[in-house]
Amino acid sequence: MKRIGLKIAILAIFASTVSANSSWAGESAAVRNCTWCHGTGAQGYTVAPRLAGQRPQYIMSEIRSFREHARNNPFSKQYMWGAVAALDPHTARDLANYFATIQPRPANDGDHTLASRGRTIYMDGIPEANIVSCYACHGPNAEGVRDIPRLGGLSYSYLKGRLEQWGQGYHSTPGSPMPMVATHLGPEEVEALTSYLSFVK
Amino acid sequence: MIGARSVEADAPGRRRGGRIVKATVLRLTLLTAVLAVALSVSGHAQERMAPARGGLEAKLEYCKTCHGLQGQGYLGYFPMPRLAGQQPEYIEAQLRAFIERRRSNPVMRNVAHVLSPSMITALAMHFRHLNPPPFGGAPRGSIATGKRIYEEGLPEANVPACSACHGAEGKGQNEIPRLAGQVYQYTVGQLSGWKSERGQGTAVDTSAIMAPTAHNLTRSQVEAVAAYVSSLQ
Repeated sequence: MKRIGLKIAILAIFASTVSANSSWAGESAAVRNCTWCHGTGAQGYTVAPRLAGQRPQYIMSEIRSFREHARNNPFSKQYMWGAVAALDPHTARDLANYFATIQPRPANDGDHTLASRGRTIYMDGIPEANIVSCYACHGPNAEGVRDIPRLGGLSYSYLKGRLEQWGQGYHSTPGSPMPMVATHLGPEEVEALTSYLSFVK
Repeated sequence: MIGARSVEADAPGRRRGGRIVKATVLRLTLLTAVLAVALSVSGHAQERMAPARGGLEAKLEYCKTCHGLQGQGYLGYFPMPRLAGQQPEYIEAQLRAFIERRRSNPVMRNVAHVLSPSMITALAMHFRHLNPPPFGGAPRGSIATGKRIYEEGLPEANVPACSACHGAEGKGQNEIPRLAGQVYQYTVGQLSGWKSERGQGTAVDTSAIMAPTAHNLTRSQVEAVAAYVSSLQ
């Protein structure tokens, strides 16, 4: 948290002194409001996930979930509920489309030794343990589709946090099967899956 | 613990009594802690194993994670068919086809091969009694065309009326599947790729009945029929 606060302060000073002809001038204020936390080039930063390359319909659906307070984990409450409160649907759509066009970079922060186990769980699930295949919804390369998010290359810590939160009873999009999926995953499966996904290009 | 310390400090003249109180408080604290740990462990175990009746209930929840919480179907990266109200004989036949690789599907092969014959029967019987509204989302423009093809066929193209086998209301019978309320994208995908998914290998497979019909339908006719059946309750 301290790091984020510090970063915001530094960025604020930087932004206030930067000259108008820098690359920042090309980004709208609305985009900058997102990238303060979501990282340079929207590639993600600590608890704030990468938005680059994310499915635009997913970004819009999450903005709606924050606005309606359906997505209610602690960081969502602390940051995103306020961040989207004054965001009109038109701007939300423009932001979603903008971030979707940025080339995403994989976080590569998982455990390499678990990646192949993670890939097996991603593709096949563990039918004996009633763990479903992630591939069926998120696609062969974890690219997502429509309002189903791209998972490939998101950071290990972000993905792990989300899966754990569903298991703890926090919510996201209404009607999502993810809480049910997550309650069946044990800690080792979460480690392996999120490690694998962090390396997917 | 704070309680124990304050008793000792407030009553230095009653050391004996204080010690008894302290011991009692300590014991209570310890007991509470043990209970809390035990409860949280059992709570966690229950959560992980939920629902408790391991076999069938847990497997049904697993099916419904992808096929919709009420078995109404779902759109993931792939369309997941509606299972609600499906003919049990059809579900059993298809699960066996996945296991025997007569029907190729990268997800369902893994899902089906761990199911025992009695589990397959129990799952199939469960879905027959579900009756959620259709998943919806099909284009509405071609529903009238689809209804005509469904009820009359396309004699000039050697397409028999769908209703002849699947029933006037699309409920199916025995191994012939219910089509009513089926997810539009799923039906389109199946009819467009019939021969690449169904009837694989050399074993006899009832899906061969549909192969010529699927072949003779154009893409727009497939879409019209799929839109019509998806709207049936």
